Amino acid sequence: MNLFNIIDEIEKVDPEIHERLNPRRAAIKNITSFGSKVAMAAMPFALGTMFKKAYGATADTATVIGVLNYALTLEYLEAGFYNTGASTAGLIPASQATYIGQIKNDENLHVTFLQGVIKSLGGTPVTAPTVDYTGGNGKGGGPFPTVFSNYGTFLAVAQVFEDTGVRAYKGQAPVLIGNQVVLTAALGIHAVEARHASAVRKLRNDIANGASATPTIKPYIVSTATLGNDTGVAAANGNYAGEENVTQGGVNLVSALGVSVGVATASFDEPLSKDDVLKLLVGSFIVS
Amino acid sequence: MARRSFLRYAGAGAAAVAVLGTASCGKDHIKHPDGSYIDIGSGDVGILNYAYALEQLEAAFYLQVVATPYSGITAAETAYLTDIKDHEVLHRDFFKAAIGSAAIPALTTDFSTINFSDRTSVLGAAKLLEDTGVKAYDGAGYLIQSPDYLTIAGKIVSVEARHAALIANLISSGSFAAPDQVDANAINRSASIAEILGAANGFLKTKVYATNFNYPII
Repeated sequence: MNLFNIIDEIEKVDPEIHERLNPRRAAIKNITSFGSKVAMAAMPFALGTMFKKAYGATADTATVIGVLNYALTLEYLEAGFYNTGASTAGLIPASQATYIGQIKNDENLHVTFLQGVIKSLGGTPVTAPTVDYTGGNGKGGGPFPTVFSNYGTFLAVAQVFEDTGVRAYKGQAPVLIGNQVVLTAALGIHAVEARHASAVRKLRNDIANGASATPTIKPYIVSTATLGNDTGVAAANGNYAGEENVTQGGVNLVSALGVSVGVATASFDEPLSKDDVLKLLVGSFIVS
Repeated sequence: MARRSFLRYAGAGAAAVAVLGTASCGKDHIKHPDGSYIDIGSGDVGILNYAYALEQLEAAFYLQVVATPYSGITAAETAYLTDIKDHEVLHRDFFKAAIGSAAIPALTTDFSTINFSDRTSVLGAAKLLEDTGVKAYDGAGYLIQSPDYLTIAGKIVSVEARHAALIANLISSGSFAAPDQVDANAINRSASIAEILGAANGFLKTKVYATNFNYPII
């Protein structure tokens, strides 16, 4: 659904559409201004109101709320992870508390933001899931038993969460076509998750190699032809499945443009569907 | 009429393009005969050309950075900047191949304001270009009509964001999501085509305009 196409279509049968919408023109004009949560959260509602006033119909927001609640679930998972890590004595070195703290704060802000937007759309934010950060579905025996006692494990799980978050948001972008405000905000969160992923990867590398030597863990996902996962954490292979793709928009980057598989895969991040993400998380990190 | 034009701008027209590589919808870009400026055109192809223009700029910059490394560059920085050069060159070449005959021509760059022998100058310009790239893709996403194109833009913008965070960390460790780029809700800032091209044209001899996206040729 695209609002502006809709307006164009309506104009064909109703030349007065612009006059009907005119009182709300200021709202359209300010549509790109979403620095304020209130303004942004109110915008889809304003658009709905605009059409309601013009034609007595309401814009369907159920799909948008569904996407936002899915995103909220992932943000709960991430925020809880960093909150627990930060409050675990002796886990995060003091020298890196600010660095990790930046990510923790961002994830908590995402939770608050998404809750606010969902409410403003008339939806009900989902509650935080029951989690097991060892990946054991609350039953023990998960692949990451030392997630909060070994800093290396903590960072490895952080990297997987951030990279997966990037894939999850990317997968929802097409669903949000036609909702400028929510799509732009989602892309903005998507970019911040990618910044986090880059930062966690660099931290892991710098601990392993120092900051000045040739890096072995890159800020981007460098896959091989047969394995998307470049983290060395075999339990997370599913989270990176598909990252080995080298064909974009019908162009095989390796055969047509002559680059290596590593360059081809690092240059493009791949999306994951909602179903795939939930399969990866529910029954392991999210207790089912 | 003004209102009508605005809506047309906001919705990027109704051009629907089915398959990347065979795209030809939308008005062709406009090129000045002497090559001094270019217009990206309209519709989804216009947005793809917008991305192509920015990737051309980034690729040219990193090719120069790698060809003439700044003094005191570390092994890590050489590796990172070479990787980023490879990614941006691929993004450039991908768009050229994908847009095909509707693509804008090669742009001539102007990096006379950058001192390529100085780390601070180079990383400062790299940060500007990467942050600009992220804000550009995020700000133009809503203009894209095709789900396939939007997904491709999404695949690239997160890599640009990884670069942006890396460069920020090289300049000052821990500044990977700083307030200059990320707002109070922890959302990356975005920018309009007019804002982005206004900044990008400072590095371009071939000026790029977007008449159909509110940045007209004057």
